Amino acid sequence: MVKDTRQGWALLATMTIILVSLLSIAVVAEQNGNPAFQGLNIDQTASSLHSGGNMEGKEVRYGIVNSAIWATTTTAASNGSVNAMLDSFTPLGGFVPLWLIQLGEIIFGGVGSGLYGMIIFALIAVFISGLMVGRTPEYLGKKIESFEMKMASIIILIPAVAIKFGTALALSLEKGRASVFNPGAHGFSEVLYAFSSAVGNNGSAFGGLSANTPFYNIALGIGMLIGRYWIIVPVMAIAGMLAQKKKVPASSGTLPTHTPLFVGMLVAVIVIVGSLTFLPSLALGPIVEHLQLSGK
Amino acid sequence: MSKKSQSFFQGAMLKQALWDAFVRMNPQYQLRNPVMFVTEIGSLLTTVIFFMSLAGHAEASPSFIFWISLWLWFTVYFANFAEAMAEGRGKAQADSLRKARKDIQAKKLKTSNRLSGFDTISAASLRKEDIVLVETNDFIPCDGDVIEGVASVDESAITGESAPVIRESGGDRSAVTGGTRVLSDWLVVRITANPGETFLDRMIGLVEGAKRQRTPNEIALHILLVALTIVFLAVCATLLPFSLFSVHVAGQGTAITITALAALLVCLIPTTIGGLLSAIGIAGMDRLVQANVIAMSGRAVEAAGDVDVLLLDKTGTITLGNRQATAFHPAPGVTEAELADASQISSLADETPEGRSIVVLAKEKYGIRGREIHELNAHFIPFTAQTRMSGVNFDHREIRKGAVEAVESYIASLGGKMPMEVRKSADDISRKGGTPLCVTEGKKALGIIELKDIVKGGIKERFAELRQMGIKTIMITGDNPLTATAIAAEAGVDDFLAQATPEMKLKLIREHQSKGALVAMTGDGTNDAPALAQADVAVAMNTGTQAAKEAGNMIDLDSNPTKLIEVVQIGKQLLMTRGALTTFSISNDVAKYFAILPACFAATYPVLGHLNIMHLKTPESAILSAVIFNALIIICLIPLALKGVSYKAVSAYKLLRQNILVYGVGGLIAPFAGIKLIDMIVGRWMM
Repeated sequence: MVKDTRQGWALLATMTIILVSLLSIAVVAEQNGNPAFQGLNIDQTASSLHSGGNMEGKEVRYGIVNSAIWATTTTAASNGSVNAMLDSFTPLGGFVPLWLIQLGEIIFGGVGSGLYGMIIFALIAVFISGLMVGRTPEYLGKKIESFEMKMASIIILIPAVAIKFGTALALSLEKGRASVFNPGAHGFSEVLYAFSSAVGNNGSAFGGLSANTPFYNIALGIGMLIGRYWIIVPVMAIAGMLAQKKKVPASSGTLPTHTPLFVGMLVAVIVIVGSLTFLPSLALGPIVEHLQLSGK
Repeated sequence: MSKKSQSFFQGAMLKQALWDAFVRMNPQYQLRNPVMFVTEIGSLLTTVIFFMSLAGHAEASPSFIFWISLWLWFTVYFANFAEAMAEGRGKAQADSLRKARKDIQAKKLKTSNRLSGFDTISAASLRKEDIVLVETNDFIPCDGDVIEGVASVDESAITGESAPVIRESGGDRSAVTGGTRVLSDWLVVRITANPGETFLDRMIGLVEGAKRQRTPNEIALHILLVALTIVFLAVCATLLPFSLFSVHVAGQGTAITITALAALLVCLIPTTIGGLLSAIGIAGMDRLVQANVIAMSGRAVEAAGDVDVLLLDKTGTITLGNRQATAFHPAPGVTEAELADASQISSLADETPEGRSIVVLAKEKYGIRGREIHELNAHFIPFTAQTRMSGVNFDHREIRKGAVEAVESYIASLGGKMPMEVRKSADDISRKGGTPLCVTEGKKALGIIELKDIVKGGIKERFAELRQMGIKTIMITGDNPLTATAIAAEAGVDDFLAQATPEMKLKLIREHQSKGALVAMTGDGTNDAPALAQADVAVAMNTGTQAAKEAGNMIDLDSNPTKLIEVVQIGKQLLMTRGALTTFSISNDVAKYFAILPACFAATYPVLGHLNIMHLKTPESAILSAVIFNALIIICLIPLALKGVSYKAVSAYKLLRQNILVYGVGGLIAPFAGIKLIDMIVGRWMM
């Protein structure tokens, strides 16, 4: 066992920072309402009579903030239940749950599986920047070497590639395109979300896509097969390998992995690796939709 | 050391590197490095598209495709150039070494008897276990052990050190190296290496990088880079259908061009670190060679960066070679000058370093000049293991000096008695870690000479630095624990092993290793060999025995035990350079996205122009600028890759903070500025 609770606090802090930032984006985006309604004499500001904001597809009982919190946390963890229609969220509001799934549901995540996802990112962060202190990277006293990097690469690589190629396949085939109801970039987001959710072990639906067709049932099924469950095999391989390794005693020459500096670094690695992988597709979906809608 | 003064860009070397870089464009060669291989495929693809555009199948303007293609080729070329430069520096050194391997004639003896007569044969036909005779001015034909004779040998071809060294049979100085020259006397040598396997051959191979294998850490980094390359391949491959769909639903614009996709791919995959990775490794070995250390494998250099425990011999590393006299403590009723005078006379003929230091101290403190022992008509009594004393007899005076117990029994045998005060001051000296030498004239004890180990200047600061770096220093000494404690405290080492035997050393290393620590040590004698073989980083002295050299994984040509500290720093610097450039390379990608993505989709979704936060002029100039930046940054970072990032001995936390700021944050910002600048130039010129 690690016997160092500081390490756990560091991971918890990393998760919290990302969750709170993304949650804020979702809440603000939803509360600001739909820009298309501006100038149509529709009151979207919050008042004592109603919650204001983008209430389309949301329960009046929950209002904006509770809906946004649920949408964010259900995708941060691999929960998958919804209390509002994600398809009706504003583009940025929909971007948040989409990206959270694509990051691998590591922000708290499912029981255990979120933690191991986060630890894989910690290994990658340690490996990229840990070299900068002039030692073979170590995490929790264990050396991170080629075997661990190989497994970590597989864990990050497989779901990302499955999401991208699944979406690409659906958009290239007439059968896939036929199910898209919404025009423009929003339709793209719907397909992207379907594959992200299926591969990423979430199960929530964006909606707006008639996924109950033979094509989507098979394609999403294959996506699930590739992206879910068996990913734990390389994770267990890393665990087994690390357990066998001798623990290197910590000294002032060791990279400390419980400091705010490391937390910052870990956040940066997650955001950069996550955004480098999905930015082009996000740009063609929610980001372009947001820019169009805000009419800048 | 003339080897160190190697200018960074030498004309001939530069020319060679420019040509080598071109030869390395061969795809088969590039296959070893998937990142650059993908880049080359991209270059090839755009070239084909360029020719197709000339034939009328244009997906974009031919000049745009041409420039993208050209700069993609440059990216591959620059990466090759970095590697060729790094190897070129090693090759220059190998050439000077090769001069030492001329066609040597060997005098092969029929038996191990020197007078048994010899055949003159070529050194290349010598085999292991052959016996050769080497006489004055002969070159030693091959590596071997001296089995008979003593000679001074010029080893400057290997070490760069012009002072000759003594080689003799038996003991710790019996190893000779092929290519060195006997300056005087003769040696009978038993050959210990077949041709092509000698020390010189191995050294040439190492500095040339010919037999360079990837080190464990390099492999791990390589895997990460390959994984990133695959991710970005997927990103770019799926971008085409995404783009087609977007054009379809937006009803305007054109799909992304293959040229732009190739440009995006090359910009995103970690070409900076991918292109410089092997250059960094070669340059690390090269830095070690410049410090006159030969590493038997790159693995050892890397391990040096991970060292947790340093075992250092006291003598020669922490203290100056020998104990020196530092003070005179006279007995009651004797003046210090009298004691100094007697001590000096008794030491005049004593050629040991201790004896000489007494003469020096007497001269420094009391101006007692050197006297010729013959003039005094004195008779020198040499040290023997039985008496454990030395001294002089002259003018009916009998002066003796030696260990306190020996002198005490000598006085007792003459019917005298050692004064209590003298005993006490001797005990005090022992307790402080010094060595007391008692001086007596007949049965009258004159006092004590204090001999001390002199701790090297500046060594305490170096140990403090090492502690900052998280490295524990352990002093190894044959002294008793009392003396060892005192010297350890003075030198500032963390721990010590007193009255060390080879078995104890081995045990100590194993103990630390079982706790997960990496241990480094230096050694020269045959009795060091087991410990050297057990240590993770073992630096053998070039003056050492063949056994020690075989057991070590590095050889220090200067035979300077302090070099270990330098080796550790070189190892750390190597890893740091890799980490810094990886971080830089990955954080660069953010800016490239902001340059290329809006440019690719501006026609389909004009609103994406808002992402063009650098306000790059046209989509074409934006993509081209990103590609040019990506290629030029490799050239700009070659000096850094070859020299290594600057290293200061501070804690890991501070190092990380500093490097994240420079290479992480710097890597985020630099390309924004760089791409904007290139766009301003390219944009004007493309108008």
